[in-house]
Amino acid sequence: MANISIQEDDVLIREQGFNDHFHDHHHGDKYKTSFLTHYVFSQDHKMISKQFLITGIFWAVLGAAFSVIFRLQLGFPEESLAWIKPLLGKWIVIDPSTGMGKLAPDFYYALVTMHGTVIVFFVLTGGLSGTFSNLLIPLQIGARDMASPFMNMLSYWFFFLAGVIMFYSLFISTGPFSGGWVAYPPLSALPQAASGSGTGMTLWLISLVFFVISVVLGGINYITTVLNLRTKGMTMYRMPLTMWAFFITAIIGLLTFPVLVSGFFMLISDRSLGTSFFLSDIFIAGEALDRVGGSPILYQHLFWFLGHPEVYIVILPAMGIVSEVMSVHARKPIFGYRAMIYSLAAIALMSCIVWAHHMFVSGINPFLANFFSFFTILIGVPSSIKVFNWLTTLYGGNLRLNTPMLFAIGFVTLFISGGLTGVFMGNHALDIQEHDTYFIVAHFHLVMGVAAFFGMFAGVYQWFPKMYGRFMNETLGKIHFWGTLICAYAIFWPQHYLGLAGVPRRYYSFDAFEAFKHFADTNKFITIFAIIAFFLQILFIVNFFYSIWHGKKMTNKNPWSATTLEWTTPIEPIHGNWPGNLPVVHRWAYDYNKDEREFVMQHVPLKEGEVGDH
Amino acid sequence: MIYFVGIGIIALIAIVVIQIGKLSELSAKIKGEEAVELSNNNTQAKLGIIFLILFLGLTIYTAFYYKNEMFPYGPLKSASEHGFAVDRLFNITLVATGFVFILTHILLFWFTYKYRMRDPKKKALFYVDNLKLEMVWTLIPLVVFVLLVSQGISIMNDIFRPLTDEDKYLEIEATGYQFAWDIRYPGDDGKLGNKDFRLIDPASNSIGIDWNDEKSLDDIVLGGTDKIVIPKDTLVRIRITAKDVLHSFFLPHFRVKLDAVPGMPTFFAFKPVKTTKEFKEELKKYPEWNEPADPKDPTGPKRWEVFEYELACAELCGKGHYSMRRVVEVVERDEYESWLKEQKSFYYNNIRGTEADPWDGKKLFPNEIKARAEELSKEISDIMSSTENVNGKIILLKHVFYETGSDAINNKLSRYELDNLVELLNKYPSLRVELAGHTDNVGDDAANITLSENRASNVKQYLLSKNISATRLTSKGYGEMQPLESNDSADGRRKNRRTELRVISK
Repeated sequence: MANISIQEDDVLIREQGFNDHFHDHHHGDKYKTSFLTHYVFSQDHKMISKQFLITGIFWAVLGAAFSVIFRLQLGFPEESLAWIKPLLGKWIVIDPSTGMGKLAPDFYYALVTMHGTVIVFFVLTGGLSGTFSNLLIPLQIGARDMASPFMNMLSYWFFFLAGVIMFYSLFISTGPFSGGWVAYPPLSALPQAASGSGTGMTLWLISLVFFVISVVLGGINYITTVLNLRTKGMTMYRMPLTMWAFFITAIIGLLTFPVLVSGFFMLISDRSLGTSFFLSDIFIAGEALDRVGGSPILYQHLFWFLGHPEVYIVILPAMGIVSEVMSVHARKPIFGYRAMIYSLAAIALMSCIVWAHHMFVSGINPFLANFFSFFTILIGVPSSIKVFNWLTTLYGGNLRLNTPMLFAIGFVTLFISGGLTGVFMGNHALDIQEHDTYFIVAHFHLVMGVAAFFGMFAGVYQWFPKMYGRFMNETLGKIHFWGTLICAYAIFWPQHYLGLAGVPRRYYSFDAFEAFKHFADTNKFITIFAIIAFFLQILFIVNFFYSIWHGKKMTNKNPWSATTLEWTTPIEPIHGNWPGNLPVVHRWAYDYNKDEREFVMQHVPLKEGEVGDH
Repeated sequence: MIYFVGIGIIALIAIVVIQIGKLSELSAKIKGEEAVELSNNNTQAKLGIIFLILFLGLTIYTAFYYKNEMFPYGPLKSASEHGFAVDRLFNITLVATGFVFILTHILLFWFTYKYRMRDPKKKALFYVDNLKLEMVWTLIPLVVFVLLVSQGISIMNDIFRPLTDEDKYLEIEATGYQFAWDIRYPGDDGKLGNKDFRLIDPASNSIGIDWNDEKSLDDIVLGGTDKIVIPKDTLVRIRITAKDVLHSFFLPHFRVKLDAVPGMPTFFAFKPVKTTKEFKEELKKYPEWNEPADPKDPTGPKRWEVFEYELACAELCGKGHYSMRRVVEVVERDEYESWLKEQKSFYYNNIRGTEADPWDGKKLFPNEIKARAEELSKEISDIMSSTENVNGKIILLKHVFYETGSDAINNKLSRYELDNLVELLNKYPSLRVELAGHTDNVGDDAANITLSENRASNVKQYLLSKNISATRLTSKGYGEMQPLESNDSADGRRKNRRTELRVISK
């Protein structure tokens, strides 16, 4: 492969780079790190990124394990679960006469709730944005570090604290919160309503308030860094799409998470101070509550004002990663670079005015819903643009079908399959029937759950060498890819049919209903594949940790022959990212096969008559 | 033990996996990395094509397999009028998205196959942008989406159009609570009475109906497991409320779903177009529905036979969320009318004459008046036909009321009883009676005597005014001297305040 030799590359940066006098200020004892400041309270964005990733993996395993346990209940309701009793204790109820162990309904709902909370917030927000925004923003825009490394460190440690509190809530005697990840009051506001709505809910709220602090601290940092610390020549329109995606994600996160917190504070005050923001006309546990005038719908507005943008906070970084990975391995520029940016921005903007499509049947005025329905469907337009641009990026390429590329392609199929069902759900009239059935479960798991995971996997396989100086194993990666893709469809595709048969989500058992109870085989099938999918992820984890120490070593600074700046930094990561000068950027990030050169890195000066922007 | 085995197995798998990984790296070293990469590209591209074929094939196969279980098709087509429009929009959307789904998947995996790297030196196409193409896949989806959503909006606006009295809808109330539904019908007046959560008493008034509201008095409340009966071809508006947390009123067969929100009633109107019987007949034609309802009992009833329209909860409401089932039965209009006639007003059956009854002594209902007229007539005719000595027998004039604290007769309420009495006295001209007034023990003894005397005398005056001969009537006040029950309880005192008829001779 045509490549610029490492030496030539270094010379280029040394001679033509930008001297920011960074290393003059960071010499000697002043910058020595101890074990504690290097690995634990690190302020280095690369280390913080690894901390986010590994914490994210921890939560992903836990979140997936929750789903396996509740899938056992749904798939094998007549099998005894007594064997999990040593692990779950009183939450497995043993029938004294038959010895049959069943999952307690309370705990079933707690697992469903925790699965959603953990995966959406801790894995796909914290784990995904936290990992890749931290790793890539400084490296790809040519910055020494984040704008505020200290705040960046705080961001991780607030995330960690949120995790500790949530983890602790799993072990309290009344159980973790069990009212669904959306935590709608009055169920979440009244301890009388469910056992998980007591201490479990208090801890859930505290944990997520800390989590939002983490997201806000991180987001301010990402935005500031992208706006202020781009190296010389790195204009906004020369940034790789990953940067645009992370940048836009941080903006919508910053605009919407505080609204969620205001809702949380009102909920906390309803729970603890006797206010009635969300409560009215309630008779519960034999008592009429002296709480009137509030509206449960108000909470839903506040929640979904974040909650909907949240799904884009999850998916946009994955889109950015996929765009970048796909372009690199197709050896082609991403098709419609500007259209990709504008569609990202359009999705972000529209994501903030469609929130009430989660509330079509919640009792809001149906004519108000018309507005939200209209924009919800229209959000399909920028999404289609992205899909067709990815397809055209593949067209005429010279595709390396390695693991990151496969995951990028997998992302596109999942995003199409899941996205198209959004056209059903988004249309108010159809949502009446589909709302809160397995159809929506299938929809969002494909389009933002599994798809975002695929984006994350693509990113991990792609930038693992940048993180650890070694490669992950390709063969295992490919088995992981195909296995996960097949399992994802095997799990979620049949759920469309369940949804179209009207089967509601969040049901502990379907036996009571003639209409819902005839899908035992389908449920069994889904559960079996959920278990397989879970064990397939062990493959990834083994590959990940084994490769950190024993993977194939990286010998070339730019193993993928990519154009972006992170591949000009030394293999052995250093504080400040570049040993001497910062690279100066002369062109956009997608000069693949433009002329006789197979690829041209961003810091290579333009030849005469060459255009650097597109 | 089982955990150790589990951990052992996982460890074993991990070792195997690592070895596979090592092996592949080793073989790459031997064969040369580039050669391995190219052969991998080939394999992966082919796997992509296999995946594409299997995926699309299985999608189509499973869609047909589940066809008769899914709502927009086959036997489960909508049972409500608006549902047809919903189902049609679903099918249009399915065709549009299905086309895009197949097209994009073919392109995705075909490109992956066709453009796989076979020669690293091959130049990929440098194709940056094309405004025309971008416009194509901006405008076409835009137009399609706008068409779909405008269709959806027009269906919605029709479903949720404001109803007027001219729509002649039947309003039924559903109240969700942990973990069941209470159903209320409006009764003869066609109007549901007020309710207030503060009035809820789990034992006697589970949804907090306000009995002060006259509209409440004929309301029917269905017991916990009774079928919700609704008439076919009638617009039914459900007034959906909740007592404790959010619930959602979901009738899958009718395409009806709306949250039940504490403190805010919501409304969903729909017109059932198939009776339960008709729906069953439809299901009978499909093989899926001729299988036994209970797989463990192959000779038991078939699925279509046990079919019922069902009400489910579709908003997580706590640990019993999955069990909030109610059966809905759609019947012909006349069948509905006769069913409705059999239902008793909740107030009349459970509240009338108890402490909680605000209308005690203030209001009589036509059926009460009628029943009382029959009762009085029977009591008197029994006496007249009796062969024993009936002199001194007492007949309680249950429906004679006085204005509060006064001796004046409450004419509006007492008129019926007194007129009936007049009629009976005319029928049995030989009957001579004493009108006896009684009070409870509240107040001064002498005053009570006077009050009871005056009351009895007023009844006598009324009868005289209706041309009953004065020779047949005497009146006397007994004050508090002859209580029927203890005066210690309010109920006892209520019973002690009374007017009686004592037979003097027949």
